[in-house]
Amino acid sequence: MNSFNDIFETYNWDDTKASIYAKNAGDVERALASPKRTLEDFKALVSPAAASYLEQMANISQQLTLKRFGKVIQMYVPLYLSNECNNICTYCGFSYDNKVRRKTLSPMEIMQEVAVIKDMGYDHVLLVTGEANQTVHVDYFKKTLDLIRPHFAHISMEVQPLDLEDYEQLTPYGLNTVLVYQETYHEDDYKKHHPKGKKSNFQYRLETPDRLGQAGIHKMGLGVLIGLEDWRTDCFFTALHLNYLEKRYWQSKYSLSFPRLRPFSGGLEPKVEMNDRELVQLICAYRLFNEEVELSISTRESPSFRNNIIKLGVTAISAGSKTNPGGYAVEPQSLEQFEISDERSPQEIAKVIRAQGYEPVWKDWDNCLAK
Amino acid sequence: MLTIAGKTFNSRLFTGTGKFSSSILMEDALLASGSELVTVALKRVDVKNNEQDDILIRLKYPHINLLPNTSGVRNAKEAVFAAQLAREALETNWVKLEIHPDPKYLMPDPIETLKATEELAKMGFVVLPYIHADPVLCKRLEDAGTAAVMPLGSPIGSNKGLKTIDFLEIIISQSNVPVIVDAGIGSPSDAARALEIGADAVLVNTAIAVSSNPVKMAKAFKMAVEAGRMAFEAKLATPVAHAVASSPLTSFLDE
Repeated sequence: MNSFNDIFETYNWDDTKASIYAKNAGDVERALASPKRTLEDFKALVSPAAASYLEQMANISQQLTLKRFGKVIQMYVPLYLSNECNNICTYCGFSYDNKVRRKTLSPMEIMQEVAVIKDMGYDHVLLVTGEANQTVHVDYFKKTLDLIRPHFAHISMEVQPLDLEDYEQLTPYGLNTVLVYQETYHEDDYKKHHPKGKKSNFQYRLETPDRLGQAGIHKMGLGVLIGLEDWRTDCFFTALHLNYLEKRYWQSKYSLSFPRLRPFSGGLEPKVEMNDRELVQLICAYRLFNEEVELSISTRESPSFRNNIIKLGVTAISAGSKTNPGGYAVEPQSLEQFEISDERSPQEIAKVIRAQGYEPVWKDWDNCLAK
Repeated sequence: MLTIAGKTFNSRLFTGTGKFSSSILMEDALLASGSELVTVALKRVDVKNNEQDDILIRLKYPHINLLPNTSGVRNAKEAVFAAQLAREALETNWVKLEIHPDPKYLMPDPIETLKATEELAKMGFVVLPYIHADPVLCKRLEDAGTAAVMPLGSPIGSNKGLKTIDFLEIIISQSNVPVIVDAGIGSPSDAARALEIGADAVLVNTAIAVSSNPVKMAKAFKMAVEAGRMAFEAKLATPVAHAVASSPLTSFLDE
C-alpha cells in the first residue's frame, strides 16, 4: 500500500453518503452500546438518526474525554506570517483573486507579534500562511522556526503542503505539529473550489498526511471545511483517513478540527449549513469513535457555543486570535482571513474554563523532549 | 518501611500531577493522599522558571519528593537528554523513565527503556522505568542497574485494574528491587489488591484526578494502600478452590 489514496479510491462518495443516511435508530443504539466503535458505528453516529440521541452521546463523550485527557483544556493561538497566496480558493479571504494588500512578516515584525502573544500567556503557537512558494518557502520557515523556537514550548504549522524532504528538514528546527485540512473529500467539488494554483492538485493534498507520517512528525491535524459539501460524508472520510493514518503511522499523534465556513469580505455562502446541534453531534461522534484523538475548536465559533462545548469532548481551544499577518502588533487594522466570532481575550477564556471546573493548560510540551 | 535507592518512604502510594481541574485541588488531593513521591511531567512544567511554575510551587513540602518523568520522548536518546535537563532544573537525580513511542495507547518501549536505563544508571541516576508486566525485562533492568521496576496493571489511564496480575506475581516473586505497580489502577480496591500480592507500592493518577472528589478519593487510596500492605504482612489465607474430599485419595496408605 502506498498511500491513503489506495483506500480512498475504493470508496464512492454517493454510495457512502447514501449508507450514512440509511442508518436507523437500531444502528445508533448498537453504536452507543459498543465498547469499541467501528467506521460503520461512526456513520450511524453522524447520521440524522442519531440526532435524538444527542444527550446520551454527549454524556459518553464527556466521560471518555475525562478519562483520557482529565479536566484540562489546552490553549493555543495562531500567528499569521503571510497572506500572500497563489491559489484561488472560493471560500478564503486570502484567495489570489481577492484584492487585499499582501504582506509577509519580516523577522523583526515576527518578533513584535511574538512579544504580544507571549504577554497573553501562550507557550503554544500555530504558524499560518497562504501558499506562495517563491517567498514563503522552506527557508523562510526554517528562519522563522529558528527565530521563535526559544520562545515557545510547542510550535504547530498550518501552511501549504510540502514534500517529504521539506518536512524532514523542518522537524529538527523544532516543528512539532502540522495541520493540513483536506477542505473536502468530494473530488469534483474540491476542483470547483480550488480552480487555480498548486492547491488544485487534490491527490497531492490527500497524500500530505502520509508524507508527514513518513517524516516522523509528532502530531498532525486533519479536518474538512464544513459548509463546502455534505458534512456527514466529509467527516466520515476524515474518520476513515484518521483510522488509516493511526494504524500506519503509529508513532504520530492526531488532532481533528471542524471549522465551519465563516463570512469574509467577498466570500462564499455555505452550500450546506451545519447548525450548533449538528456540530455537537459531530464532536461527540468523533470522540465516541476515537478516545485518543485531540479535538480542537477555534474562535470561528460563538462565545456561547464555546462556553458550553468545553465539557463535551474538545481538548484544545484558541483565544484572542488574529487572522491577519501583523494582527497582534504590526498592522492590527489589516484585512483578516475570516471574521472571528469570539473576541474575548485569552485570560477571559481561561476564566470561563476554570469556572467549569477545568484547568487551562498553556504548556504541554517542551522542545527539549525531541533532541 | 519502603526503601528505594537509600531513601525511605512511609507511604506506599505514589501519585501523579496530571489531569486535575486546578493546581490547588491537585495540592489538596496530594496532601490528603499522604504521598511522598510525586511524579511531574517535564512537558507540563516550566523548567526554565521553575520558581514560578504553578505545579511546582504547590509541591514544595518537606515530605514530598519530586519524580520528574520523561513522558513525550520516543527513544532512549531523547529520554537521556530529558533526564539530564530534569536533573539540572529540578535538582533531583531521580527519574521516572517513560518511553512510549506510541501516543495512542502510551505503551512503553521495552528495548529503548532498557537502553536508557543502562545509560542513566551509569550516569548516576535513580531510574524508575515504566514497563510492561514482563518478568524477563524486569530481570534485565535489574542487571542494568534500575532502582525499581514499574510494571503496568493495565493500559495507562484505563482504570481497568490489575489485568496483568499473573505476570505481576511472577515479577514480585523474583524481584530484587522494589516493584511499583503503575498505570491502570482504577479503584482503591485495585490498589489494595496490588499491595496484598506483595507489590511494594502503587502509582495512581487518573483515578484520583478525574474523580468528582479528588481529595476524598486520595484519602480512600491512602487507606486502601495501608490496608493492602497490612494484609500482605499479616499473610493472607490462601484461597481454597475445592472442598477436601471425605474419602481422601491417599487414605489407603494408612491401612
